[in-house]
Amino acid sequence: MQWITAIIKPFKLDEVREALAEAGVQGMTVTEVKGFGRQHGHTELYRGAEYVVDFLPKLKLEIAVSDEQVERAIEAIAGTARTGKVGDGKIFVSALEQVIRIRTQEVDADAL
Amino acid sequence: MRSSRLLAGAALALLPLSAFAQAASVTKLDSGDTAWMLTASMLVLMMTIPGAALFYGGMVRAKNLLSVLMQCFAITALVTVLWIVYGYSLAFSTEGMHAGITNWHSFIGGLDRAMLAGLTPDSRYQTVPESVYVMFQLTFAVITPVLIVGAFAERMKFSAMLWFSGLWLSFVYLPIAHMVWSGPGSLLGDMGVLDFAGGTVVHINAGIAGLVACLVIGKRRGWPQTHMPPHNLGYTVVGASLLWLGWFGFNAGSAVAANGNAGMAMLVTQIAAAAAAIGWTAVEWALHKRASVLGIASGAVAGLVAVTPAAGTCSPGGALLIGLAAGAICFFTATRLKYRLGYDDTLDVFGVHAVAGIVGALLTGPFAAASLGGYGHVASAWHQLWIQAKGVGFTIAWSALLSTAILKLLDRTIGLRVDAEQEQMGLDLAEHEERAYNLS
Repeated sequence: MQWITAIIKPFKLDEVREALAEAGVQGMTVTEVKGFGRQHGHTELYRGAEYVVDFLPKLKLEIAVSDEQVERAIEAIAGTARTGKVGDGKIFVSALEQVIRIRTQEVDADAL
Repeated sequence: MRSSRLLAGAALALLPLSAFAQAASVTKLDSGDTAWMLTASMLVLMMTIPGAALFYGGMVRAKNLLSVLMQCFAITALVTVLWIVYGYSLAFSTEGMHAGITNWHSFIGGLDRAMLAGLTPDSRYQTVPESVYVMFQLTFAVITPVLIVGAFAERMKFSAMLWFSGLWLSFVYLPIAHMVWSGPGSLLGDMGVLDFAGGTVVHINAGIAGLVACLVIGKRRGWPQTHMPPHNLGYTVVGASLLWLGWFGFNAGSAVAANGNAGMAMLVTQIAAAAAAIGWTAVEWALHKRASVLGIASGAVAGLVAVTPAAGTCSPGGALLIGLAAGAICFFTATRLKYRLGYDDTLDVFGVHAVAGIVGALLTGPFAAASLGGYGHVASAWHQLWIQAKGVGFTIAWSALLSTAILKLLDRTIGLRVDAEQEQMGLDLAEHEERAYNLS
């Protein structure tokens, strides 16, 4: 099992969700986050007070998938979240040791 | 006024009807004038609540919105009470005043009108009921201390703010209003200072007090390194728009009649506001490559301030130049000077109100002269400029000295500032135990 964490542009969420659903992903967690990478922030100017806004709003998607699903899920995110401009985000993949569904106590693949 | 009503009464008893009509016409009520002054009074009140309150409220951080709205609202209530108890009397009583003679009453009115003594439904001020004039002038007394709020926003204790506003009204506003507006025998009035609707009395007076207040109370913690952007410029634009609209009551109402003078005041007010909005925006666009919303709203307010003293005497062309000058100059004082000199005038009460007030009060002089298209019946443009400069200098000195004294006194006794933790928490929660936004 794999744990996918993707940082994407907020306006891409609907497209990414649909693509992931087509790829067989059955659930995800979405969080509004702020951060920076290669895309620098912007400046704001109020009566001469200039502020550099370093942290830009992004969405963080967290998805647990089986080993067979992981490639398709990555393709779904990378294909739909991409605009070609700096700031499209990143996908992090790491090994996932254990999953437990609280209602039924099922574990691992059955719990995904 | 009371003696002339007596005369009218005697005329009714003794003289033929035609002679009575002539005698009574001296103080005859004009229903057109009265209707306009009732309206104008409401327009000026609207400038304070909600106009100035929203204009300022949008520029502070979300945690301090209620504190600013509360300060504007509370000052409105406080000043109203003080006005009827002694304010109107100290500002407008003509007791002991004689044209050309400088005495104690050239500086401050008597207490003969305290508790509005002598006011009846039949009392007149010119062609309107005196009750309407009391109300109209009250709305000016309300907005002036409200303007100062912007300078010490986000850090003054509510109790200290109330004490300051009451003392400042008593020792700064009332004397200056008396010296300019109470008629023959008043200090600045006799000097020939032109101030149609309150450039010196309201805007320079409040703007200088604002500068003094932000210096005495000190900077907000973290200013200017910390990010303190306006939390809702939408409120600020609504507030500026209400100020603009209400200003027609302020300036055209200062004719105290529905006549050509009021019409011209309304026209030049509109022209100067528009010219200053363009002036500020043009300079900003040239220097920063952007035309900002806060900029155009601030520019319009600067133009309204600047044309206030001139509204009764300048031509439309004069208003255009006064507005352009105020917008362009205030851009620099509000966006550069503050950071250069390092004083934390939170919402630019000095940079906009004092500076536009000074620009307007000075330019009122030359633009009142017939040679520059004005209607002020002044001797010459240069001579009137000099008279205006004396009025400006006197007002700056009076406001600076007495405002400093009041603030230092309060700082030593009850303290002006909330503590660091309360400032961090925001005045809404710290002072009023309320939040403007409960969104979750």
